[in-house]
Amino acid sequence: MSTQAQDAGPARATHPRALAIEARDLVKTYPKGVRALDGLSFTVQEGTIFGLLGPNGAGKSTTVKILTTLAQADSGSASVARLDVRAQAAAVRRAIGVVAQRSGADPTATGRENLLLSGRIQGLRGRELGRRADELLDRFDLAGAAGRMVRTYSGGMQRRLDVAMGLIHRPEVLFLDEPTAGLDPESRSAMWDEIARLSAGEGLTILLTTHYLEEADRLASQLAIVECGRVVAAGSPDELKARLRGDAVHVELAVPGDPAQLDAVLRQVPEVREVSVTGTQLSARADDGATTLPALLIALERAGISVHGIAAARPSLDDVYLRYAGRRFAEAEEPASAASQPAQPAQNPSGGTR
Amino acid sequence: MTAIAAHTTWMTQRQLKALVRQPAYLIIQFIQPAIWLFLFGSLFRKVAELPGFGAPSYLDYLVPGVVVMSALSTSMWSGMTVLEEIDRGIMDRFLVLPLRRSAIINASVVMQSIGTVIQSLIIIGLGLAAGAHYPGGAVGLLVLLVVSVLVAVVFSALSNTIGMLARERETIIGLSVFLLLPLTFLSTAFMAPALMPHWMRIVADCNPVNWALEAARAAMSADPDWARVAAQGGGLLALAVGVTALSVLTFRAYQKSV
Repeated sequence: MSTQAQDAGPARATHPRALAIEARDLVKTYPKGVRALDGLSFTVQEGTIFGLLGPNGAGKSTTVKILTTLAQADSGSASVARLDVRAQAAAVRRAIGVVAQRSGADPTATGRENLLLSGRIQGLRGRELGRRADELLDRFDLAGAAGRMVRTYSGGMQRRLDVAMGLIHRPEVLFLDEPTAGLDPESRSAMWDEIARLSAGEGLTILLTTHYLEEADRLASQLAIVECGRVVAAGSPDELKARLRGDAVHVELAVPGDPAQLDAVLRQVPEVREVSVTGTQLSARADDGATTLPALLIALERAGISVHGIAAARPSLDDVYLRYAGRRFAEAEEPASAASQPAQPAQNPSGGTR
Repeated sequence: MTAIAAHTTWMTQRQLKALVRQPAYLIIQFIQPAIWLFLFGSLFRKVAELPGFGAPSYLDYLVPGVVVMSALSTSMWSGMTVLEEIDRGIMDRFLVLPLRRSAIINASVVMQSIGTVIQSLIIIGLGLAAGAHYPGGAVGLLVLLVVSVLVAVVFSALSNTIGMLARERETIIGLSVFLLLPLTFLSTAFMAPALMPHWMRIVADCNPVNWALEAARAAMSADPDWARVAAQGGGLLALAVGVTALSVLTFRAYQKSV
């Protein structure tokens, strides 16, 4: 799945193992006492795509804000492009490109003007700046809309402009905070192709935050699962899946199960392990899903537990998430997106023709 | 220093372009003072005939009043722009760029100044066309421009500060509507101090809008009272510096709260 990203690894042959990002024990508490980060650590190798995966409110955006010098950690340290984010903030800002969750492009300026202003602030001048802006407008398929006010752009166009603005000065490290949130499927997959190309073709280091499992699986060569301000698991998507040993078994019960009763029933099927029950959903692991299913069905039927559906599958990142975060990804999403992100719906209408 | 100047220029250009692209807003901003001038000029024309008013024509008296009132009413909306830039993420994007932080505040002050000067010149021109006299000449008018810019700086910085602190449009709208008329009418904008109730005169003495008017009228008279210009104008300048410093501190606090 993530071959493109992995191929990009050795692109910077001079420092095969140099670290582009290093975060150590980051702690950040917001005024109301919300502990956004609780000792978060990870490292990113140069020229790779690194994914921070987690539900809304897990601390991904706070991490990006600290690494991009927008916010400061209460404790812990971090370096980006071998520069300390606190002591060398100005130099870090020249070395990075940032695409935040909220667009940040000026809606009353044209696409080209937005690019030029970013470039100027990054120190580009004159014809070099003009050439670079045109090059990026072409590349992100915005040449035709370059002279139009950003206010008239669709959600996908605006996102492409955001990425172009982040790239204008050829940064060493690009931060993409939820780059495809709110995009339609077509724009999302186009954005994925572009992100993969950036890393493969130019050896750019990319830190990507996402709450789409599919996105992390497809793009990131390494990823960290973030939950409540900490990294609960890290590795390549394949490693994380392999650590689960065996196939995922999912059973949909007719009525919400009694965990104690189910536990007793499933003990009769020794191949099944790591059982967890939430409502009518029963999840477990087995070395060989196909041969385990019949035995499992028989055991459930004998105990008088009726079943709506049963399936075995190769492990997915969703299973990885369940294993390390202790709950299904979609469940983690719901309460967080409803409660802690009231700003979310308000920023979407800018998306225009979605 | 040159970097600050360059960054301030870019940030100002950006806002100027945005303003020019919203012609409706621009036209309203420049027509409204003309309406004030016409409205108050017609309504209160006979006021100048009251004994003790002390000005030969009400229009002469009115022009600085409308200039300062317009500077006040326009600048109090400044926080809306700041708020919008915060909400849209534009502010945060600038903060992760190697942009001089002071350029953001500077551009806001420069924008307000440019807008106020243009607006004031239009009012002065309209006044002239309607037959107003400016016995203080060009120097007097220059003082009027300077104090109206200072009023704009004071109240835009205040509005920006409140915008960054409250982070709500409603607060800015409410405050603008709430403050505009009291600040204007508790001053000598439309009425000579000799004809104001005693308590109102005391309140007016504490009103920075009135300091601007007193300084402007002292400089615009046939026999300018420069000591008065310096005293009232100096107080206004000190306040402008103080409120701008407050907005800079609030901006720093905002950056920490991100």
